[in-house]
Amino acid sequence: MATHDQTDHVTESAEEVVGWETRLRYFLNSDFVRSSPYWGIPFVLMGIAVYGGIGYNLAISFTDYSGLGTPDYSSLDFEMYTQALSSDAFLAAAQNNLVLLVVFTTVCLILGLFLAVLLDHGIRFSEKFQTVYLLPMSLSFVVTAQLWLWMFNVESGILNLIVTTFGFAPVDWIGNPSVALAAVIFALVWQFSGYTMVVYLAGLQSIPDDQFEAARVDGASTIRTYLRIIVPQLKEASVSAAVVLMVFALKAFTFLYALVGRYRPPNGTDILATLMVRRAFKFGEWAYSAAIATMLLVMALGVIGPYLYYQHKQGSL
Amino acid sequence: MASSSSTRSFDVASLVEDVNLRRVLQYTLVLLFLGFFLVPLETGIMTAIKTNESVARSLPFAPPASEGFTLGNLQFAFERLADSFVNSLIMAIPATVGSVLLGSMAAYGLTLVDWRAQLGVLMLFLAGIFVPYQAVLVPLARFWNNIFPLARMLQPFVASIPFLEAYHANLAPLVITHIAYGIPICTILFRSYYQSLPSSLVEAAKIDGSSITKIYRRIVLPLSKPMFGVVFIYQFTQIYNEFLFAFTLVVGADAPAAPVTLILPAIGASTSGIDFGIRMSAAFLAAIPTLILYVAFAEQFAKGLRTESG
Repeated sequence: MATHDQTDHVTESAEEVVGWETRLRYFLNSDFVRSSPYWGIPFVLMGIAVYGGIGYNLAISFTDYSGLGTPDYSSLDFEMYTQALSSDAFLAAAQNNLVLLVVFTTVCLILGLFLAVLLDHGIRFSEKFQTVYLLPMSLSFVVTAQLWLWMFNVESGILNLIVTTFGFAPVDWIGNPSVALAAVIFALVWQFSGYTMVVYLAGLQSIPDDQFEAARVDGASTIRTYLRIIVPQLKEASVSAAVVLMVFALKAFTFLYALVGRYRPPNGTDILATLMVRRAFKFGEWAYSAAIATMLLVMALGVIGPYLYYQHKQGSL
Repeated sequence: MASSSSTRSFDVASLVEDVNLRRVLQYTLVLLFLGFFLVPLETGIMTAIKTNESVARSLPFAPPASEGFTLGNLQFAFERLADSFVNSLIMAIPATVGSVLLGSMAAYGLTLVDWRAQLGVLMLFLAGIFVPYQAVLVPLARFWNNIFPLARMLQPFVASIPFLEAYHANLAPLVITHIAYGIPICTILFRSYYQSLPSSLVEAAKIDGSSITKIYRRIVLPLSKPMFGVVFIYQFTQIYNEFLFAFTLVVGADAPAAPVTLILPAIGASTSGIDFGIRMSAAFLAAIPTLILYVAFAEQFAKGLRTESG
């Protein structure tokens, strides 16, 4: 009995050793390990930069670091967050962010859809027109800001030429706080509506032509066909274009900075991104600007999170 | 529908057939939008080649009269921009090559294999595309200035390379930063392409006993040439046009290592206002590399954008 037990035990542990070795060998030969140099290196580099950076930023935002020496991590609190949330400058910037997010995205989607529909149907040289409509997208924010600074110029800008032709007084588009944000959105729409057009055109081209034919046979007008049959099928294109546009809107810092070439954007157009960079690089309030950046990231997550979940649910990842 | 008309030859009969109210309205709108997108560009170019006096007197979009024409603005702007052009290229070319290569590798590793956490890893890549750069600026500045001062460490080495100056070392952290943050988008762009490749090719090679590296080098890389074009053009445009990282890591428009985007907003500005002739000249010179790429490869650029949106 005892010997039997022992032999049993020996065979069992021998089996175990073999099993462990086999499993290790199997693991080392698996696609997961052998392909890891390919996805692993980029993943580590990207992971440190993006997620390490976010974590580091979060840590600094809980300190009261102001640029001298090293941050003091011994007393962590939410002071910078409460300070930001109770400041008028922060609230105004957050409000502008929301306006920019909603208005810019909506206008870009509508105009982009309109352009796509316009070019989708039997237009000669349609590709050439698409190329021109998308052209601004290849330019830097810094360049487009210069072009629009000139378009919006008080004395001789084209916008004011149009306004005065209709008998109105010239408007200081960039200098007047009550119109500056609208002017910025207008210029951004100029740069990005071609992008929405491209996304919608790809969506339109994936819809079979016979749906148009069927609608026509049923006697539906073109506008009706689009509104009732085509546009509802473009939901996925709309969602992904909207997400990209919103992220661009959150990043509009560069455009606003380049508009005047200074830390402070034109009056009334401060957004969280410009506020954050000014606080950090002009005043050296690193912890405070890290806190603002965290809240900006939370806003972005509010857009990205549901999008990734939606994509995941659709199985389109 | 679109194809039925594009195959039609351009003759008078079809033109007449096309002329009805809806068509006229459609073409009117198409041309109006053509104007909307082109007027700011046309105005900029016209202003760039006018003398100051002519800028003040003529309509902004009108071509210069013969005595109002000058190339002086362009020449002045070019002299101010020349060094930063070199900086931009020294930054953008290695950063583009690096991020595109690593993105292709990551996408290969993630489409070839099948393991449980793969979707999670992919999600982390995808989310990385959308993270606002502001959320990492403070850590970036601290890391490259205080924790790992790579620029200072590299200066003697870079100075010994022909055609480079010591200050070009300041571009090294910028290049690495652009590679790291460019990886997510490049990975996603390549991944959608690799998924569309016939899997039988890779499977057959696997059965033949080819190693993962061999499959990548012999099969995947040659097949992804067209996608390399797309991602390269898209990524070069993004990095060349980028401003915020350059602003954070190469502080100050008068820094010798400043890329083009950094110094453009300062050109032609004075206490008496902006000299728009010089400013527009500089804007167009700064835009030339990406404009050329765009005009030559518009379809590839658009393809990159389409894939980015999923």
